[in-house]
Amino acid sequence: MRPGLRTALFLAPATAWLLVMLVMPLVVVIVFSFGERGAAGGYVPAFTLDNYANLGARWTAFRNTLTLAPLGTVLCLLIAWPLAYFLALKADPRWRTVLLILVIVPFWTSLLIRSYAWIQILGGSGLPRIIADLGLGKPRLINTPFAVMVGIVYGYLPLMVFPIYVALEKLDRRLLEASGDLGSPPWRTVLQVTLPLSMAGVATGSMLVFILLMGEFLVPQILGGGKVFFVGNALVDLFLQSRNWPFGAAVAATLVAVMLVTVTLYMRAIRRLSGGRDDVALM
Amino acid sequence: MTKFRDHIPAKEFLQRLESYRKGSITRRHFLGVTGLGAATAMLSSAMPGLVRRAHAQGSIGDKVVIATWPNYHDPQDFEAFKEATGAAVDMNVFGSNEEMLAKLQAGGTGWDVVVATNYTIPIYVGEGIIEEFDLSRLPNYDPSATDPRYANPGIVDGKRHAIPRNVGTTGFCLNTADFDGSPATWKEYWDLTRDQLSGRVIVHDYQLTAIGNALKYYGYSFNSVDPKELEDAEKLLIEAKPHLFAITSDYQPSMRSGDATMSMCWTGDATQMHRDIPSIVYILGREGGEIWSDFFTIPASAPHKDAAYALIDFLLEPKMAAREAMFHGYATGDKRVDALLPAEMRDSDILYPAAELLDALEFGAAVTMTNPQRAEILARFKSA
Repeated sequence: MRPGLRTALFLAPATAWLLVMLVMPLVVVIVFSFGERGAAGGYVPAFTLDNYANLGARWTAFRNTLTLAPLGTVLCLLIAWPLAYFLALKADPRWRTVLLILVIVPFWTSLLIRSYAWIQILGGSGLPRIIADLGLGKPRLINTPFAVMVGIVYGYLPLMVFPIYVALEKLDRRLLEASGDLGSPPWRTVLQVTLPLSMAGVATGSMLVFILLMGEFLVPQILGGGKVFFVGNALVDLFLQSRNWPFGAAVAATLVAVMLVTVTLYMRAIRRLSGGRDDVALM
Repeated sequence: MTKFRDHIPAKEFLQRLESYRKGSITRRHFLGVTGLGAATAMLSSAMPGLVRRAHAQGSIGDKVVIATWPNYHDPQDFEAFKEATGAAVDMNVFGSNEEMLAKLQAGGTGWDVVVATNYTIPIYVGEGIIEEFDLSRLPNYDPSATDPRYANPGIVDGKRHAIPRNVGTTGFCLNTADFDGSPATWKEYWDLTRDQLSGRVIVHDYQLTAIGNALKYYGYSFNSVDPKELEDAEKLLIEAKPHLFAITSDYQPSMRSGDATMSMCWTGDATQMHRDIPSIVYILGREGGEIWSDFFTIPASAPHKDAAYALIDFLLEPKMAAREAMFHGYATGDKRVDALLPAEMRDSDILYPAAELLDALEFGAAVTMTNPQRAEILARFKSA
């Protein structure tokens, strides 16, 4: 068998999958976005730019998503990096596997069920009651942007921890020793050696979290009490409730475009930060 | 063999799990939000191998697919149907009429029976989605047993396209343990929301009732699509938004936990909550609001029509219908079934409100479902 043919055969399943599951739906979305809504909802073929002209009607949803997705990513990063650092470099090797499993364990239950659990924790008879019993007032936590942020960081943290952990774990320890031998205090070693070398993991983790957050709709619905409206929520309503498929398709296509631009800019920034290396480590 | 019983039998566990779920998370909205209903529908139609085949092949086939609401049927009754006919019931559960319509419009559902609410019937008929019934195939259906008020939305152009099953209203529930007052109108509902009950009120995540009950504040029709009247309703919704505890149709958990004090509410939820927490009462706004009836329908595309008729007839049989009613907590609207219900259900003014309160109520209109202004108002309300 010629090598070219073999490669083609190996790639055939993935290519077919991508064509059927990614390219075709995307084409459908783009075609629909120029159509018109049927009298009873759905899609009627047409060529109009009205759906795109009407995007302003969902501006708040885009604004909320574009604020909370980067903020959620940064919070995940701030919490995940020290955790991954500890797991990769400081934790007792005998316990490392156990600790890593503990990071994954929440994934064994659906995010939906776990979000419902947070309703109990953040609801009036959970944390707020404890805070009230301590005499610190009775704050409202559930159904606020704060609750949404807690749910998001909680739900996506493991996706950030693992790529960073992998990047740090394969880091050459001799570099750290060399830095110490040359007189760097530990904090400077972390900043000037460990951190730059973990950038590939940081980039991967941030992308995973950011892209998923841009499409998030479950957590705002459940922990935001339906009062915090993301693009994902707008899409659910447009497709399943008001059944304005063409407008929904235009919103979806715009979201994809916004995501492409943001991710490209982000990758460029990361490349510059990590000194021109563009390897992104995925696990 | 052990003589100690250190675990509960599987059956008891499942029953407990079921009763826990009934009281907490499984709601129409839950499924709507998660898309679980749609996902199960997709899965069962895309992978027929996953669906268990019945061994005994009756004349109606071995399978019937019903699209319906959560907690609407006792699974044991479906088992009984399978035993009687050999057809296994495949249940797809949905969060809203709109979601069902979206799937039916997309096509290829494979559904044989669809449980639909009154206001969708004209759309289903207009789009050619459902068929006229052959009443000779439903010996257990007695048209005279159901109040025409409830049954008539099933008749389009003089033809019976839908068979009534379960009726109810949309009012609001109030936990009287947390609020000393007795509001009786939608005006009071919205005024309390922006004043004494600020932060403790829930509005449905649903254009029909959220906007409809805001329209009632001004005394407009629940179904209004008048642009000026809808503007007023939007203004009220946006003003109320910062005072709301949540915008959700999954209000039972928050009402039960005490986080919320008042919420728009459907009959079945009111029955369930009042049964467990007597201080939660149900109020029909005196200005009016929604009255509804659900219907059995058969899609034109149904692959197992014989089984569809058989299942509907099976569930219409009064004793079976009464069993189902005790399970789901709605009134069936069928006089023969009412007579078989326990006194506590028959005497409930949640299920059977005073006649003068009913007179002010309106059936939801199909036009609200397709009106673009209503859809945009709900989006602006939720994103405000």
